[in-house]
Amino acid sequence: MALVVVPELPLAAWFEALDEQLHRAAGFFADRPVVANLSTVQEDETTDLAALLDALEERGMKLVAVEGTDAARLSGTRWERLTNLRQRLEDTRETVAGRVLAIPDDPPEPEPVSAPNSLLIDRPVRSGQSIIFEDGDVTVIGPVASGAEVIAGGSIHIYGTLRGRVIAGLKSGAEARIFCSKLSAEMVCIDGVYDTAEQWSETFNGRAVQIQLDQGGLKFSTLD
Amino acid sequence: MSKVMVVTSGKGGVGKTPSSAALGAALAQTGQNVVIVDFDVGLRNLDLVMGAERRVVYDLVNVVQGDAKLAQALIRDKRVDTLSLLPASQTRDKDALTEEGVKKVIDELREKFDWVICDSPAGIEKGAMLAMRYADLAVVVTNPEVSSVRDSDRIIGMLDSKTVRAENGEKFEKHLLLTRYSPARAARGEMLKVEDVLEILAIPLLGIVPESEEVLNASNVGCPVTLHNPVSAPARAYMEAARRLLGEKLDIATPTAERQGFIGRLFGRKAIA
Ligand SMILES: Nc1ncnc2c1ncn2[C@@H]1O[C@H](COP(=O)(O)OP(=O)(O)OP(=O)(O)O)[C@@H](O)[C@H]1O
Ligand SMILES: [Mg+2]
Repeated sequence: MALVVVPELPLAAWFEALDEQLHRAAGFFADRPVVANLSTVQEDETTDLAALLDALEERGMKLVAVEGTDAARLSGTRWERLTNLRQRLEDTRETVAGRVLAIPDDPPEPEPVSAPNSLLIDRPVRSGQSIIFEDGDVTVIGPVASGAEVIAGGSIHIYGTLRGRVIAGLKSGAEARIFCSKLSAEMVCIDGVYDTAEQWSETFNGRAVQIQLDQGGLKFSTLD
Repeated sequence: MSKVMVVTSGKGGVGKTPSSAALGAALAQTGQNVVIVDFDVGLRNLDLVMGAERRVVYDLVNVVQGDAKLAQALIRDKRVDTLSLLPASQTRDKDALTEEGVKKVIDELREKFDWVICDSPAGIEKGAMLAMRYADLAVVVTNPEVSSVRDSDRIIGMLDSKTVRAENGEKFEKHLLLTRYSPARAARGEMLKVEDVLEILAIPLLGIVPESEEVLNASNVGCPVTLHNPVSAPARAYMEAARRLLGEKLDIATPTAERQGFIGRLFGRKAIA
């Protein structure tokens, strides 16, 4: 369906209003044929109709025809070949008068969805695999194998046996914690502070454990 | 519907080749059309274990490279006529295989057989990757010791990410075959327990094959153990595993160390019930 635009005098004000609307509804004219109705501006001898059409085109409008003007007014310009609709077609075209254009505003920009700050791994982490998630916490449902590693920006939760290595707090630092339902890890690390298996008490192995940073060292406590 | 099944392990020497032969023969004995493909290019073994080493003319590499037709390379077993073997090349290396070439051969085998069993080489490199690439399911052969279990875990991760099925987001069936299980050593705490292995690997158990010299004896005479000594404990374990692959629900008994009572000592060892 073609759209009809009806420029009005004074042109500067009309364009200003048009630009404002276009700013809010940028895609409105995309791929829609436009007919320029010049009836209200053509009486003014001083108006450069070709320049007016240029200005419309510059705004991304695809001009397919003019109406309400004399063919002679455009002869010698690049617009002279444009179809001149002599009489008003009472067809499906939308006539836009009064207001510059009755065009709906673009829907408001959706709020940017913040990146998910947790990662859920719903399967075992196998030997040789490494899960790296710098933007937040990692939760694993299943075991983390010997020779596997989980690295998180925040805390790490393992609902399963932790046999591999876990490195927490890459971004959040000392606040991060490590939880697992059965400790059998090779190495655990929070904010760069690490312990290997021989450094913690044997009594924690095989149990549900929480690990946190406390006065510069890793503190283990049982949860079960 | 034909099935392509890779027999794999990560770690070498855990018994993939005797397991491929025994499972293949057991499936074929039930009337299924079976081919076992040796993917261990450069270290071919399967032909020996199957007793076909004197009949190899063309091999997998010849077929992949288009130098021989599949029918020319397939060797029909002399004992079970629904069992065939596609041997590997001993003189080439794994680089002689290409992904497209392997796909073509597997597609062709799918049309001829109910089961295409791929005996994978050890490791996680190209040969092992190609053996699993087009599989529908896997038998993960594991010995009850930590290094074998960890390598199996690694291979399971790859089955879940590097196979065509996994890449297409389809489910990839994996079965654990625990081999060389010694009840006596398990009782002494010298080996991982079955529950421990299952807990670590978290895949369903297909069977437990006990440590038995019958396996070596069978390999030495070039015969799958299920054909060579069908009543032996490993043969029975493999035959039950094959029935489970065919969908039967059978309980899996953990082999137990026999108490050598007075009668037992008199009559020597009996097959484990
Ligand atoms: N259940 C068993 N009892 C006793 N010995 C066994 C058993 N299963 C396998 N073996 C022996 O273990 C050895 C290793 O087997 P083999 O080399 O065929 O394994 P593989 O996994 O195919 O090795 P590769 O990785 O080199 O292909 C062989 O000598 C074989 O006879
Ligand atoms: Mg082998």
